[in-house]
Amino acid sequence: SKHPDPFHTLREVEILDAKIREKLCFLDKVEPHATIAEIKNLFTKTHPQWYPARQSLRLDPKGKSLKDEDVLQKLPVGTTATLYFRDLGAQISWVTVFLTEYAGPLFIYLLFYFRVPFIYGHKYDFTSSRHTVVHLACICHSFHYVKRLLETLFVHRFSHGTMPLRNIFKNCTYYWGFAAWMAYYINHPLYTPPTYGAQQVKLALAIFVICQLGNFSIHMALRDLRPAGSKTRKIPYPTKNPFTWLFLLVSCPNYTYEVGSWIGFAIMTQCLPVALFSLVGFTQMTIWAKGKHRSYLKEFRDYPPLRMPIIPFLL
Amino acid sequence: LDINERDGGKGKLESRKFQKENRTHLPRLSSRGSLSKELYKILFFFRWLVLAIAMVRFYMEKGTHRGLYKSVQKTLKFFQTFALLEVRIVPTSVLVTGVQVSSRIFMVWLITHSIKPIQNEESVVLFLVAWTVTEITRYSFYTFSLLDHLPYFIKWARYNFFIILYPVGVAGELLTIYAALPYVKKTGMFSIRLPNKYNVSFDYYYFLLITMASYIPLFPQLYFHMLRQRRKVLHGEVIVEKDD
Repeated sequence: SKHPDPFHTLREVEILDAKIREKLCFLDKVEPHATIAEIKNLFTKTHPQWYPARQSLRLDPKGKSLKDEDVLQKLPVGTTATLYFRDLGAQISWVTVFLTEYAGPLFIYLLFYFRVPFIYGHKYDFTSSRHTVVHLACICHSFHYVKRLLETLFVHRFSHGTMPLRNIFKNCTYYWGFAAWMAYYINHPLYTPPTYGAQQVKLALAIFVICQLGNFSIHMALRDLRPAGSKTRKIPYPTKNPFTWLFLLVSCPNYTYEVGSWIGFAIMTQCLPVALFSLVGFTQMTIWAKGKHRSYLKEFRDYPPLRMPIIPFLL
Repeated sequence: LDINERDGGKGKLESRKFQKENRTHLPRLSSRGSLSKELYKILFFFRWLVLAIAMVRFYMEKGTHRGLYKSVQKTLKFFQTFALLEVRIVPTSVLVTGVQVSSRIFMVWLITHSIKPIQNEESVVLFLVAWTVTEITRYSFYTFSLLDHLPYFIKWARYNFFIILYPVGVAGELLTIYAALPYVKKTGMFSIRLPNKYNVSFDYYYFLLITMASYIPLFPQLYFHMLRQRRKVLHGEVIVEKDD
């Protein structure tokens, strides 16, 4: 540059293994304004098996991972920076995981709905249930997962690109397993329709539809909070859409609506496995909601005090 | 078996011992919470001892193992259910203790208590003996550590007995479940059939088969974990654990 910046001295970066402290890589002539992401790319060149997504670089072997956006000269390091590397293991993109874990239930449920051979007795192969609620349930379940797939592709903005590979096995077992278990009973030839008949089905369907709309509204509102490509975090507030007014009372209304949808589905089908699935999902979402709520409180001094994590006033 | 102590020594127990080296031989009473936990451990040492004595007496009097289960069952059930507390008290991973305690409770309540015909099986004695010896060793380890007077033998026993006891216990449990299968199938106990109002079904027979199958992946993992702990504690080997 024309006017040499006294601070613009080129840096050196050495990367050590966090566990055994072995020197893995030495980079010289690194620009001081280089980001961690760029350093990760340089590191990959010497160790191609460790692509950037599976690298965790930190200043302290037991410390927190540095963010991709962090700039070298802003870190508390001298002209030679020592970074510690930890292998996060094989990574898979969030989008891939979501698509796989949602496509499974969609497909699996339909196998049971159409009574594909070898599930129920042979005399039932490809027969159709005589209960209206069973057809409704198929529509609702399929709609739910189609909605999730479309949201993954077009709505959600993920703050992390990847997650550990083993998560896909864990997640798919959960979603696919429960989908098969629920679908087996709802589409069974000996299925018993709800005790209170059409009334119960109508009420439950209404709950389901309202909660699906609510969940979608929240996803859209959250998307609009964060411009494309950015990783900024802001407090979500209610918008003109009445479904978003739930933000007044909870931090994660998307989870609230999701639980509501499954409760609706459980009442509609009067199927215990569905109720159990709702319960497990509720437990997991409560844990997530509490975590999110806590990080909101930590990050924003002026966070609305009335809000609870997932259930208004209660939880 | 306590497969819980993460560092088998580098953890709480050992560092506590190090602190106490320059103090008098008094039990640690640092806080009310600690006191009740320690009391619990001492109590349980004695309860397993009581159980063992009861079992030996029975055998000596009757000369047979038949009816043994019946006579010890009340004590066993009472104390095994109390072991639920252990999940919170033992210095360890909740998940691991939880799995262990639930499997014990499962054996006691869902198998031996509920399926009377198998109570006189030899396999029941097998796992009862294995559990009893293991627990006495474990609790005396805790108790003696507390009193700052841990004879090497107790530590040795705790980290070596399991090598035999663990497979023996597992064999006893599996054989008992296997013996129970015909009865379960015949009576259809604990099972729900379709159609019913809640559109669910459960077959206890298949559940037991799956439970037996689950020992295959679980047992080796736990066993090798104990072997690693043993190498660490008794031979001071430094083992770099695989990171999660």
